Amino acid sequence: MHRLLGVDAEVDRDQGLTKRTEPRTPTRRLQLSAALHGRPRLKLALLLVPPIVWIGVIYLGSLTLLFASAFWRVDELSGTIVHDWGLQNFRTIWENEIYHTVAFRTIKFAAAVTVIDIMLAFPLAYYVARIARPKSRPVILLLIVMPLWSSYLVRAFAWRTILSHNGVLDWATSKLGLGAIGIGYSDTAVLIVFCYLWLPFVILPIYTALERIPSSLLEASQDLGAKNATTFRRVVLPLAKPGIVAGSIFSFALTLGDYIAPSLVGKTQFIGNIVKDNVGAANNAPFAAAYALIPVAIMAVYLTVARRMGAFEEL
Amino acid sequence: MKRPARIAAVIVASALLLAAGGVDSKPTHARASASPPTKIGKGEGQLDLIAWDGYVESGKNDPKADWVTPFEQQTGCKVTVKFEPTSDDMVAAMREGGGGAYDGVSASGDASNRLIAGGNVAVVNTKLIKGFSDINKKLQSPPHNTVNGKHYGVSFMWGANVLLYNTDVVKPAPTSWSVVFDPKSPYAGKLTAYDSPIYIADAAIYLKATKPSLKITDPYELTPKQLAAAVAVLKPMAKGIAKYWGLAGDEVDLFANGSVVAGQAWPYQGVALQRDGKPVRAIIPKEKVTGWADTWMMSSKAKHPNCMYKWMNWTLTPEVQAQVAAFVNYDPANPKACSILGQAVCDGLHVTDPKYFASISFWKTPLSNCGDKRGNACTDYSVWTQKWTEIKG
Repeated sequence: MHRLLGVDAEVDRDQGLTKRTEPRTPTRRLQLSAALHGRPRLKLALLLVPPIVWIGVIYLGSLTLLFASAFWRVDELSGTIVHDWGLQNFRTIWENEIYHTVAFRTIKFAAAVTVIDIMLAFPLAYYVARIARPKSRPVILLLIVMPLWSSYLVRAFAWRTILSHNGVLDWATSKLGLGAIGIGYSDTAVLIVFCYLWLPFVILPIYTALERIPSSLLEASQDLGAKNATTFRRVVLPLAKPGIVAGSIFSFALTLGDYIAPSLVGKTQFIGNIVKDNVGAANNAPFAAAYALIPVAIMAVYLTVARRMGAFEEL
Repeated sequence: MKRPARIAAVIVASALLLAAGGVDSKPTHARASASPPTKIGKGEGQLDLIAWDGYVESGKNDPKADWVTPFEQQTGCKVTVKFEPTSDDMVAAMREGGGGAYDGVSASGDASNRLIAGGNVAVVNTKLIKGFSDINKKLQSPPHNTVNGKHYGVSFMWGANVLLYNTDVVKPAPTSWSVVFDPKSPYAGKLTAYDSPIYIADAAIYLKATKPSLKITDPYELTPKQLAAAVAVLKPMAKGIAKYWGLAGDEVDLFANGSVVAGQAWPYQGVALQRDGKPVRAIIPKEKVTGWADTWMMSSKAKHPNCMYKWMNWTLTPEVQAQVAAFVNYDPANPKACSILGQAVCDGLHVTDPKYFASISFWKTPLSNCGDKRGNACTDYSVWTQKWTEIKG
């Protein structure tokens, strides 16, 4: 009996009148669980520490450092950072035309890539979500996501080979009698590669949004006499909008920050190239930090607007 | 205050604290205070280098070009190397994380003085360098690696920045830099140039010869007016550039696939292309050239100083000097290499020709002090860097 109940033999014999001779030593785990019992706040705090350290220290901390170092400068001879607070970096950006040109070029490209990617992504996402047979859907989605499983660098270098002088593209067009196109290392090349690289990121949120639209809504629209175009304009598009905006965040933000694709397939400078040159070659991290605040600020505005449009529900 | 807001406030406050911590930590000014060693001890088993393309070969590019494997076998120092495309990148790498990430660097004259001034490199005891007295007299104590009588390294190789062109396309054979700098060049669109602010000096050399009214005396000592003239040459040229090159391999690819038919290069690229049977030729145009003289320097925080001393000794031996010279087509700092290279090769490289040596404007860091009676009237490298960003557009 005592063995079954797990009580002391003595206790069992005296009907529980004697004290237990040796209290069962609780294991660490039991202690921990006892300490946490009835303290939901403590439990929550323990759960939240790793993500808060991640977001707070590593992400926001480095952002804050970035912001702070934008006001420092570099000692010219020794190349070390001097912690004198000043606006000199921002003055340089303000006074030199070239930094405006590069910033506007980057924004222009980000916008163009976003528009092109949405135009390419929407029909495809619509087809997968609403027209393709349910059986083939996972296959198409797999094909869309597949490029993301290979290295970014490999894909960028592949495009360099395709677009460069006497490359695959030139070879193909001259075989077709069109002559060589010769867009190697041009802005067009950069645009093509950006559109290619970010396309899956745009397709997926649009697909999610379109897939969620209940068929009953489309039927109701038709029952009420709306033509296909009207249904598309007044039912599908508004419901897909958060997905489109969510996708545009990816293409816009990724283009704004990228410097590898332009340096591999193009020759003009983007914000990222200026930042990279200043961190590396020019050894002027404070200036790089100041210039990097431009895309940060643009994205802050962009994300605020996107939130208003409900984009975060589709992420 | 709502709870999420409070949490957010805590996060931001802790981030600020962290940033403040960053403010407090002053950079440690590394000074080579320790006196140089008096003997070379046992190797530490490893050697981490920063180098130009072609300087640290272990037979991977060309089975015949291998001076790393025998070094590793003899000394037990395992060599790792990071190739950097410009002097600026080299200086940045040597300063990375406060220095000490690398043991040594093959610094050109425009990087070496920056590294010395920044305290990033150590004084070298030349008594421990066998064959130091064999070095070309002009390169034993040149101002780019010897300051106040202290040697901060051992000269290695030197050479000229040549004009490389495709002999099938560029006809007649060019004799002048105008083939790249003239805005009406028939080869616009198929040109290349070195992607570094120091390339401005090449335009200055061209202007020195073609526009004497600018009175350019030294391509690295440019007044704002002279610099503006050089920028005015380079800006229209940027439109005709197919792509700027950084690493030597990039330029080799550009010439090999026909994207580019003419541009400034190191002799290394010309040799590499000719080895692959490509129709290219490298020449010294009549306006003369810029060039470089490289020094193996040791980091003031080197983790493997004995291996670095062994490396500096190794790379100065006539055998290694000859091997490197044959592989990259640069001039060896130790003319004794000529006994192995053969006199014909050495004459072709002008190894012992003082006139040729004097005709090269070796890379150095532009400073606001012109170094002559003009005083502080010149433009320093930060201005050059700024202008280079503008030129590339």
